[in-house]
Amino acid sequence: MHEVGALSPTAFLVSSAIKVIAVFTVVMVTVAMLTLLERRISAWIQDRLGPNRVGPFGLLQPIADGLKNILKEETLPAQASRFYFILAPMISIIPALITFSVVPFAAPLPTPWGLVEMVVADIPIGILFIIALTSLGVYGIVMAGWSSNNKYAFLGGMRASAQLISYEVSLGLSLIPVFMVVGNVTLPQVVWAQQEGIGLWFALPLGLSFFLFVISAFAETNRLPFDMPEAESELVTGYHTEYSSMKFSMFFIAEYSNMLTASALMATLFLGGWDIPFWKGDNMVVVAPGVVQGAEPHVLKTLLTLLSFAVKTAFFIVLYMWVRWTVPRFRYDQVMHLGWKVMLPVALAYVLVIAVTILVLDSIGLPYGLGYGLVLTAVSVAVTAVFLFIIDRDRVISGAAPRPERVRVRRPAERALVVEGEPRAVPGYARVPAE
Amino acid sequence: MAIGVKVMKRPEGSPSYLRASLRGMALTFRHLIDPRKVTMQYPDEKWELSKRWRGTHRMEVHADGRPKCVACGLCPTICPSNCIRLVPGEDDQGNRYPIVYEIDEFRCIFCGMCQEVCPVEAIHVGQDYENAEFTRERFVYDLDRLMAQDHPVTQLWDPADPLSE
Repeated sequence: MHEVGALSPTAFLVSSAIKVIAVFTVVMVTVAMLTLLERRISAWIQDRLGPNRVGPFGLLQPIADGLKNILKEETLPAQASRFYFILAPMISIIPALITFSVVPFAAPLPTPWGLVEMVVADIPIGILFIIALTSLGVYGIVMAGWSSNNKYAFLGGMRASAQLISYEVSLGLSLIPVFMVVGNVTLPQVVWAQQEGIGLWFALPLGLSFFLFVISAFAETNRLPFDMPEAESELVTGYHTEYSSMKFSMFFIAEYSNMLTASALMATLFLGGWDIPFWKGDNMVVVAPGVVQGAEPHVLKTLLTLLSFAVKTAFFIVLYMWVRWTVPRFRYDQVMHLGWKVMLPVALAYVLVIAVTILVLDSIGLPYGLGYGLVLTAVSVAVTAVFLFIIDRDRVISGAAPRPERVRVRRPAERALVVEGEPRAVPGYARVPAE
Repeated sequence: MAIGVKVMKRPEGSPSYLRASLRGMALTFRHLIDPRKVTMQYPDEKWELSKRWRGTHRMEVHADGRPKCVACGLCPTICPSNCIRLVPGEDDQGNRYPIVYEIDEFRCIFCGMCQEVCPVEAIHVGQDYENAEFTRERFVYDLDRLMAQDHPVTQLWDPADPLSE
């Protein structure tokens, strides 16, 4: 226990205001940089260079894009429902920006005025708040699709609602094992459980949850291979077909800040949040205002853990982009199939498995700690192996070419041309049946 | 089957989505970290043009600044797209010179026949392609503009290699 001292009400207000402004600024700037990073990564994957003309390494490109979008003409379709058409981008951008407020991004910071927690709002319902807000974001998309009075936008909005409802379920269910192991839903407690409680990042003891959560998060943020709502090849650009200038840009910002929040969340829930691996010096949690359990807080530790958090989040962001430029889009029925017939039952079964394991471990009296985590890891590895074995080999989603290879039947005249005993290669077909 | 058509060997049976995706990600990762890129950074790097590249025209000039053109009228005659307008004049020594010489680069098909037919090697097509303008009128090059062009001219054929082999 380390007594640093609680903030006075005034200091709390001031520090909260500073945190709000700082986090908002950092998120917005990061989102701008992500649009550039996305373009650069897509270019590198395709052996191109990407935007590198505006500023050093193209770093000013997002500003140029933003200026362009502000100066462009704002169009309003004649038949659109004006009120909802204007409301939709706001509805989708606000939850996307708010969600970051409950994510702890560094170790608590000791200041002369008291201990400042490095999370904008440490509310007791933490993760539930995030799940609620990400579900709100879909209203913006559905509203945009509906109010545009455009068939493509409409289809995009419908798909968005169907897809987000489907994956919201498995997203929530994949988090239940985390809550069961932590026994709490606030994110600082989740981080603490991974630092000291279990001592393992939850990607290990709750591996299948991690896998399901990553997939659901991809679907929730409408990123490829789940970008049904804006499937360019089918729906022009889906729900934002009719939008132009800054209103379009707001959907774009919403998508990227959702992606940022989802990455931060995956890092927090499954990769230890701001924890630095193999170092006990940063393991701390605020148990009461101004009181820290575990190691002693220090400014340098705050900075280091912030860096650690940034690296983990960046890893998931790059993963998002890497997957986007590799995997083609699912068919709509495949998305629904995966959501309802695979993810949901598997998540439910996994909740059951973890619940039973916890029950057994508690009843045999294993202390909550590293050993506990290792047993859970063993169970999870076994369950994940079974899951991967079942999902593999075309039992669930088919790969590129499930069709049987075409075998050419030779016509009689053609057969007559073949010299006896000499196999004749038919170009264009990999295999000719031996006769 | 046409030459150069790649025949994909499709997998038999039921391929695995997961493994196929992981293989794809390995492939894209190799390209991601590969420093060899195909982009040519255009205004900084440019293609080396062929000697026979035919671009916008250029009029050769005498040392005293007069155009070499003798207003013989061969180029507007042979021009297949009829883009050259020539009004010939004659001074008191009986030398012919162009009063008006205009080439509409929009109509021009850059066949290079004007250069080929010119008896005094005055009009040339040139090694130039950066000829964007803001108005259509600017694409009609008058005599002063043609004389002011300074890009290298096209070598329609190489005397050392007349068949360009």
